[in-house]
This record gives sequence, structure tokens and C-alpha cells, in this order.
Amino acid sequence: MTAMATPAQPGQDRTLRPIPWSKLAWVSWRHYRIALIGAVVFLGVLAAYLVAMGLRIHSAYAYTLSCHPANSQVCSDATSLFQNAYFLTGEVSAALLLAVPVLVGVFAGAPILARELDSGTSRFAWTQGAGRVRWTIARLALPAVTLTAAAAAFSQLFDWFYRPFFVSGMDSRLAAQFFNLTGIDFAAWTLAAFAIGTVAGVLIRRPVPAMAVSMAVWAGLMLATVLYLRRHYLAPLLDKGTGSANQSGWVLSQWWTGPNGKTVPFGTLMGLIRGAPKGPTKQVGPNSFQTVIDPFRWLAQHGYTEWTSYQPASRYWPFQFIEGGWLLVLSLLLIAATIWLVRRRAA
Amino acid sequence: MNVIETSGLGKRYRSTWALSECTLAVPAGHVAALVGPNGAGKTTLLNLSVGLAMPTAGVVTVLGGTPAGSPAALDGIAFVAQDTPLYKNLSVADMMHLTRNLNRHFDQAYALARLGELGIPLRRRAGKLSGGQQAQLALTLALARRPRLLVLDEPLANLDPLARHDFMATVMATVADEGVSVVLSSHVLAELERVADYLILMSGGRVRVADEVDHLLSTHRILTGPAAEAGRPAGLTVVHERRAEAQAHLLVRTADPADPVPPGWEAHPVSLEELVLAYLREPGAAALPGPARVRNAQPTEVTR
Repeated sequence: MTAMATPAQPGQDRTLRPIPWSKLAWVSWRHYRIALIGAVVFLGVLAAYLVAMGLRIHSAYAYTLSCHPANSQVCSDATSLFQNAYFLTGEVSAALLLAVPVLVGVFAGAPILARELDSGTSRFAWTQGAGRVRWTIARLALPAVTLTAAAAAFSQLFDWFYRPFFVSGMDSRLAAQFFNLTGIDFAAWTLAAFAIGTVAGVLIRRPVPAMAVSMAVWAGLMLATVLYLRRHYLAPLLDKGTGSANQSGWVLSQWWTGPNGKTVPFGTLMGLIRGAPKGPTKQVGPNSFQTVIDPFRWLAQHGYTEWTSYQPASRYWPFQFIEGGWLLVLSLLLIAATIWLVRRRAA
Repeated sequence: MNVIETSGLGKRYRSTWALSECTLAVPAGHVAALVGPNGAGKTTLLNLSVGLAMPTAGVVTVLGGTPAGSPAALDGIAFVAQDTPLYKNLSVADMMHLTRNLNRHFDQAYALARLGELGIPLRRRAGKLSGGQQAQLALTLALARRPRLLVLDEPLANLDPLARHDFMATVMATVADEGVSVVLSSHVLAELERVADYLILMSGGRVRVADEVDHLLSTHRILTGPAAEAGRPAGLTVVHERRAEAQAHLLVRTADPADPVPPGWEAHPVSLEELVLAYLREPGAAALPGPARVRNAQPTEVTR
């Protein structure tokens, strides 16, 4: 027992080298092996579906493009066949894929610390030589980076899958669901779901409630962003006259003003159109038609103006960077908050 | 050197103080038993010492003045928490690999040898081991870190008698071979009586007694005398008093073991268990000035 009588050497203690990240990464990897394989299988199945379906969509679209002459009956039949057969599939796939970031992020993020705290293994992990802060950083960094990278790759795949509908002008990348699935947005929302999950996990300390709460918080944030926030990233443009030129963009609102410059309610407009003079009667074979004048032109001729407030399609990338940027900052803040909570939280 | 030293240490959870006014010094080289009823504050004191919890009041240092929870403290202390938490889905080999990767020192050869002796299969999942094997695995992982202080929180609570014996045998063998200091808590004194040479007695969130077992036994005695004897013997601190019909039994504390027995009274030595029960029954009994005495006794510590 003489050894124990030697006094502590604080000078020596101060030079303690930290545990190398490579060792901590192994620990992290060992914990995620199963979950990661699960996520890879899940994303792999989705990716395989997108590739198989995407090949069919692309070849169908290529056929409509190569069809010659383009204005023939055969070609317009081919185009409508392409639209009827694949448009719904694409839309449904897109709607389902919107749920992927929250599922992956929350299932990966929320249990990490919640399970440790719930089962008491945090008392083992946090009393090892590595210290709880480095341990937490290693535990969070590996899945955060992996998931974000996987989501980025996945959204590239989706972009390819859906490209025929974008280039044919049937859908806009600025439309809410496609904006979320393409560019860097998908990866950013995945990381945000993960970060929300980790904070909820350390605060709630039980995996299932933490997952439920983070799902609700993520969905709330997503809805608030799509419905209220995103349209204000840049001041919308105002278009006078018929707004048909901006179909590839994102129309925020449309309204009419009267000859006095004041906004005219929609009901009043309908009344005006009903009261407008009818065109001459036209005889085609045995049937006669009452031709109708173009109501928009008629309104325009009588001093009414249509206004369209919209975000042009060219703002897709600026919007992507704005949203990706604030989501990245938010996620990093949440992860930093998680580490801070771990640091000061009693086990 | 004191392996754990606290001053005015307190911890409050919401409105209840789990630990308060704790001033304590546990010298190195002992197997210190932390004893007290459930809810006495034992786990809180240990959690504060290993850096799992932050004090609400006061300070706690370990291993000769190192702040609890600092990298140096984490490096030198191995802690086996209550219910020996392990990653149940990891194999024994993975638990070992994991612990090695989380620490600066890990004696893989020692761990392998011990697990071999215990007959714990490396490929089995930790969750599939028996309770005794899980406790032994946790202890082996802790000892393979070659700590200077081993802290065990209720290590024996869920073990059968044989497993308890084996577990304590491992602890005692390490103490003998490596000279590691040990602090272990239990709400059952009987388990620790044979192994502990230092006693910390807690109740109601306070430390009642903290001293070497030998010193405690030599400074306490039971006096038996006629119950009719008015008052108590002068010059003695009575810890606990029990009166039968004709006789009174007093547990008294004397400053000097050589003090004479008061006339009319008969002196008997006290067992550790009697002593602990007496202090627990009399929460008002003044705690021993343990820490101060320990500090004075430090020079003798070196000669051990």
C-alpha cells in the first residue's frame, strides 16, 4: 500500500493527452452499426424504387421528345399518355418522400442520448477517461455527418427521378414539396430533424417520448416555414397584367384593382363578368353557340388590372441557400445546446 | 493524500437536499464503506465524487485535490454505478474494446485473464450474462483501467450470496496487489464489515461518522450499569442509551481508550454493527470530528 501514499502530481495531470478521435469514432461506430445498416437498407429500397421508376419515366419522356412531327395526333397522344401514366406516380412518391428526413433524423437523433440516460449507461460512458463532452461530440458527429451526406445524395437522386416533370414545365422546383426534396434543402431538413431529436433526447431522457416530441416540433417548423416563412426570403416581384408568364415560378397571390386603383373583391369581379355583354351567336352545322367574350380582356379594357405577386423560378438557388443556411445554423446551435446540456446535466 | 475530500458539499434536487453540509476526507489506502439507509445520500455523494453530478453548494476534490469530474479525475477513478449499467446488446469483447477506446490506460491482458478465470464467454452479449457475471464484467472493466480509486455504488445489491463473495474477493485481491483505494456504498453493513477498514456513516443527507474502523471500535464502548443510577456517568459522550428493567446499556464515546470505567459501571467492547445501529437510531448524536482527525493523522498514513 506504499504506492498509494505517493502524493498526486497535478503537474503531470495537466498534460493528460485527450483520447484520440479515432478511438472515439470506433465507439460511435460500434453503437450505430445496427441502426446504420437499417437506415442503409431503408434508403436503399427507396433509392432502388426511384431508380426503377425513374428509368421508366425518363424513357417515356424521351419518347415524347423524339416523337416527330411534334404536333401530330400520335405525338400528343404519347405526351398525354406520359402525363397520365407517370405524373401521379411522381407526385405521390414526392409526397411520401417528404416524410423521410423526419423519420430518419428523429429515429437516429432522439434515442442517442435518451437511451443512454434511460438505461443508465450514461453513468458508465460519462465516467470513462474520455470525458462526456468528447464522447458526446463523437456520438453526435458520426450520424449527423452520415445522415446529412446520405440525404444530400438522396435528393440528387430524386432530382434526377423527377427531372422530366421539371423540364417539361409540369412542376416547378420552387413548389413547396419539390423545393424540400431537391437542392440542399432535403439534407438541411434531415440534419435539423436529427438536431431537434438530440436536444429532445437529452431533455426528455426517454427515447419514445423524445421521438414523438421531436417529430411534432419538426413538423411544426416545416409547416411554419412552408406556409409563412419561405415566401419572405426575398421581397416578391409584382407583375401587372396576366401572370401567365410566371408559371414556372411561385405565385404567392393574385388580385385585381379597379379603375380607381383600389382592390376589387372577387365577388364583385364575378358580378361584373356576368353582366358583361355576350358575343354574337355562331352557327356550326346544326348547332348554334353563344360565343363568350374573353372576360380578362373585357375587364382589362374597362380599367381593371390583374396583379400577381410571385417569386420567379430564378430564385430557386438563392432560396435554397437561405433556407439551407438558417437550417444549418439552427442545427449546429441545437447540437451545441445538446453538448452544453450533457456537460451540466446530472446523470 | 485524500482520495475524496469535500467541504460544505450539498446537492439539491428540486426542493429536497439529497446531501447537505458534507465535510469529509477519505484518506488513500483504505477500503472505505459508505453505509446508511436508503435515501441517506450515498449515491448522491458518490455521483458528486465521480463527476456525474454538480454540487449545489460546497466543493469536492478527489485524488489529492483534483476537482471532481476533471479529465485527471476521470482518468484516475473507475466507477461502477448502481445496477452495473452495461450496453446490453454489445458482446463482452465489444464492451472491453469500447472501454479500451474510451480510456488512456486499459490492461487488456488483465481483463482477458480475469474474464477467463470467471468463465465469462467473450462472444456472449452483456445482457445475456447472469447478474453476477454482469457485475464481474463491470468490475473487470473498471479494474483494467488501472484506477487509483475504485468507486462502487451498491455493488452487491442484486447479487446472490455466492456472487457477493466472488465480487468482494476480486475487489480485495486488487486492493492487496495494486494498492488501489476503494470506496463502496451499501445499505447493508454486514456485507462490508469483513472488508472495510474505514467507515462513513450517512443518514438523512448528512455524514454522521467518518473514521477508521479500528479507531471507532477502540473509542466506543458499551457501559452496563444499574438503571436506577441517576443521570449518566460524567465526562462521557453518550451516543445511545437503552434501559431495560434493572439495567441500562449506554454506548459511549471516549476521547482516550485508556480512560477508566466510571465506578458502578461495567465496560464491554462494541461491535461495528452495534455502533452503526446506535448512530442511526440517534440522528441527533454529534458526528465525530472525522475529517479533522484524519488530516492530523496523515503522517501515519504514509507509514502504512
